[in-house]
Amino acid sequence: MYRPIHELTDAYRRGDLTPTTVAEDYLARIGKLDGKVGAYLTVVRDQALAAARESELRWRAGSPRGPLDGAPIAVKDVLCTAGVRTTCGSKMLERFVPPFDATTVERLRAAGAVILGKTNLDEFAMGSSTEHSAYHPTRNPWDLTRVPGGSSGGSAAAVAGGLAAGAYGSDTGGSIRQPAAFCGVVGMKPTYGRVSRYGLVALASSLDQIGPFAQDVTDAALLLGAVAGHDPHDATSIEAPVPDYAAELTKGVAGLTLGLPDEYFPDGMDPEVERAVRQGIEVLKGLGAKIERVSLPTTPHALAAYYVILPAEASSNLARYDGVKYGLRVAGRDLIDMESRTRSAGFGAEVKRRIMLGTYVLSAGYYDAYYGKAQSVRTLVRREFAAAFAKVDLIVAPTTPNVPFKHGEKQDPLSMYLNDVFTIPGNLSGIPGLSVPCGFSAAGLPIGLQLLGRPLDEARVLRAAYAYEQATSWRSRRPELS
Amino acid sequence: MTAAAPKYETVIGLEVHAQLLTRSKMFCGCPTTFGARPNTQTCPVCLGMPGSLPVVNRRAVEFAVRTALAFGCRVNDACRFARKHYYYPDMPKNYQISQYEEPLAENGALEIEAEGGTRTIGIQRLHLEEDVGKLLHEGTLETAQASLVDFNRSGVPLMETVSRPELRSPEEAAAYLRAFRSVLIFLGVCDGNMEEGSLRCDANISIRPRGSTTLGTKVEIKNLNSFRNVQHALEFEERRQAQALDAGERIVQETRLWDADRGYTRSMRSKEFAHDYRYFPEPDLVPLQIDRRWVEEIKASLPELPRAWRRRAVAQYGLPPYDAEVLTQSRALVDYYETALREWSPASGAGAERPKILSNWIMSELLRVLPGDDERAIAASPIPPARLVGLLQLIENATISGKIAKDVFQKMFDTGDDARTIVERDGLTQVADEGALGQVIESVMASNPKAIDDYRRGKKEAKGALVGQVMKATRGKANPALVNRLLEDKLSQT
Repeated sequence: MYRPIHELTDAYRRGDLTPTTVAEDYLARIGKLDGKVGAYLTVVRDQALAAARESELRWRAGSPRGPLDGAPIAVKDVLCTAGVRTTCGSKMLERFVPPFDATTVERLRAAGAVILGKTNLDEFAMGSSTEHSAYHPTRNPWDLTRVPGGSSGGSAAAVAGGLAAGAYGSDTGGSIRQPAAFCGVVGMKPTYGRVSRYGLVALASSLDQIGPFAQDVTDAALLLGAVAGHDPHDATSIEAPVPDYAAELTKGVAGLTLGLPDEYFPDGMDPEVERAVRQGIEVLKGLGAKIERVSLPTTPHALAAYYVILPAEASSNLARYDGVKYGLRVAGRDLIDMESRTRSAGFGAEVKRRIMLGTYVLSAGYYDAYYGKAQSVRTLVRREFAAAFAKVDLIVAPTTPNVPFKHGEKQDPLSMYLNDVFTIPGNLSGIPGLSVPCGFSAAGLPIGLQLLGRPLDEARVLRAAYAYEQATSWRSRRPELS
Repeated sequence: MTAAAPKYETVIGLEVHAQLLTRSKMFCGCPTTFGARPNTQTCPVCLGMPGSLPVVNRRAVEFAVRTALAFGCRVNDACRFARKHYYYPDMPKNYQISQYEEPLAENGALEIEAEGGTRTIGIQRLHLEEDVGKLLHEGTLETAQASLVDFNRSGVPLMETVSRPELRSPEEAAAYLRAFRSVLIFLGVCDGNMEEGSLRCDANISIRPRGSTTLGTKVEIKNLNSFRNVQHALEFEERRQAQALDAGERIVQETRLWDADRGYTRSMRSKEFAHDYRYFPEPDLVPLQIDRRWVEEIKASLPELPRAWRRRAVAQYGLPPYDAEVLTQSRALVDYYETALREWSPASGAGAERPKILSNWIMSELLRVLPGDDERAIAASPIPPARLVGLLQLIENATISGKIAKDVFQKMFDTGDDARTIVERDGLTQVADEGALGQVIESVMASNPKAIDDYRRGKKEAKGALVGQVMKATRGKANPALVNRLLEDKLSQT
């Protein structure tokens, strides 16, 4: 275990390993350990082995489909999989079996990847701890008493715990980067529109973006490259060529200017996190990057704007779950009673809270004060980033203000929301962001360094992350799971 | 004149929803064919499945632009889709993708033929949206134990056009709808079939004391799916509102449903229960940029529109405006007319009366027997233009009388044979032999002495009765002009 995908495929090429034995090993490990971690909601053993056998034939014939052929991968349970239930971590969709594959899943299958199963999440991707799945919480492989972050906590924990070689999640306000930081893996949210959202069950359509979790930056580049690119089924997907991300990795950071935003080191942040991130910046400096201070003064307001826009869009996207067509149906006296009972029983507390918030902010007479205002803040955030990127190539910052917290520690929704304060601006502005491990707290908990780039400049983000990763040895540390 | 007219002025605005004749739906590739088995024309997108996303149908945009240009609207450089929320089981996402603050086109006009001549009615906006599915109830809505949903219609492109509140009577409203429908049919963007719901109409109506410049409280009436319903519902509502005001009551702003069977409107929901649609820009679609050059291309390809054709038909063919109006109810009908006229004109004689004869036959005979006036009905007509002309030529050259021709027409429709075949087979050739007719006339005169007496004492109508007797005796085959002349000759003798 704990071999990145590019090493696995090297081994396939040499014949030292086969996709089938690797898939079997992963499935065995999931069987043994996932009871403790709770990364998966559904494991598709037979499908995975069938895909692995086909991959093995291709490798044996010397004609693999590419760098992901035979790679054992997990996908967050918000990505539709034809014939395999897609629950979104909610009782509402406990028995929902989509008739189609998400574009990302389709591209993964076409690339020969071996999908092991569907990973756990906070219900409908609303949360930062993966405690709020309707099924079970996911635990952090580094410390099972702590959360893996969220909402893509299952995918992050799977990669960190050696339960998948790579994984995909969705990031609406930090749901890839924050759990990646908490679990000590690489996680990337690409530019909005870089990866098709077709088949991604929507939380907030203007913010959602699919991205990879990886054991190292090279894998992240490969996993992104396999799914990025325009999709005619998603009108918001961008028509731009996809660079060979892996080929660009080794270009280094010498000559690049990295912006350091004052607002990302506020009072009250965990000093261990601050220290690790500042040391990481020193490493980048040592590699030849120029560091320049930048100001993003709207940052503190981004969180507030986000918690207007997200619930507004979510309340709309979740309106379809009414018991009429698919998913849960609780019988009632009449139609309205049925719909109301269904929604009362099918949704958890956080989902209901956001539906109510969103319904409120969109209602007549409040729209301008809330949704309209939040959109103005969003425009400001976007402009500030654009101004900053006129001076610097990348922005470097912490991914989260803190280290993984204990299960049940954050009861107050507001303190949970504050977890995403450094990641949300990236979603509001649509720019790419990545979290790479940059150290550990004294208690041995992972810390993440965040790199943000210009729109569609994933290649430069990955290249800086790679330079940093190669100059440090954090990736050699792995959690002990037994 | 309606009851409200003397004291109150009526103000009406119409919202018309037209299903566009695109092959696929507004936001997915499913077919739009009407009448398919329930739920056979669906996909994850039009079923509103989790994870599905809409993609705009370019053809629907083109049709909307075409229509907007025909109405002289300003086509906006950019427009935007918005989500309109309400819960209803025929709407799979529980929101409808529509347009709100940034519609596709604005500020146009439609000219209608009203009582006092031509009037121009403003068109406020034109936008695109998706249709919803259909509920099927077991039994009646009130007693049904279960309802089923058919999503075949879900996602069919709809074009909504909102008129300004400039219609002043139910007749004008019906005239607007007729003119509107005719334009859409000429453009080929909608089949105009109101029974199948391709064209649907909601009306806003208020009344105000004559001379007042402020608008009264408006009431929205839904479910107006025929010209007659539009007119009747608005007449009812106009009366109801006038009676309420006369009784010192206030009009409640509400939505009312027209019950065509019972002939009245009833309250659906009042303003307090009005939907809060919570519109916001559709985040799954980017704003639609409309290319100017494309708009110009569409403009250049616009066909001759009903009004222009009517003007030409009146000037060039000498048709009465009424006939021209009836013919422009569908493009197919106008094409039928033009084809027939071309077919007929190269024949002998100037035939200045031909255009009118032709329109008479189309209006009184063809439209009587055809199931409709649309493309489908005209195309399937067992009497194509050339056949109709064949029949009219037999009248023109006096082979048959106009009366016999009507029977022949019916036989042509029933059998699919041409006029000459039927006339020859059934021996319907007109009796134009003076000697033979003279004998018949003499025998008719002999058995009707009273009529002759009446005629000679100045009661000229009595001649009509005699002509009728002659026609009867010849089973309609006598040449009426000849009968008239011979009869007059004989009556003036002695």
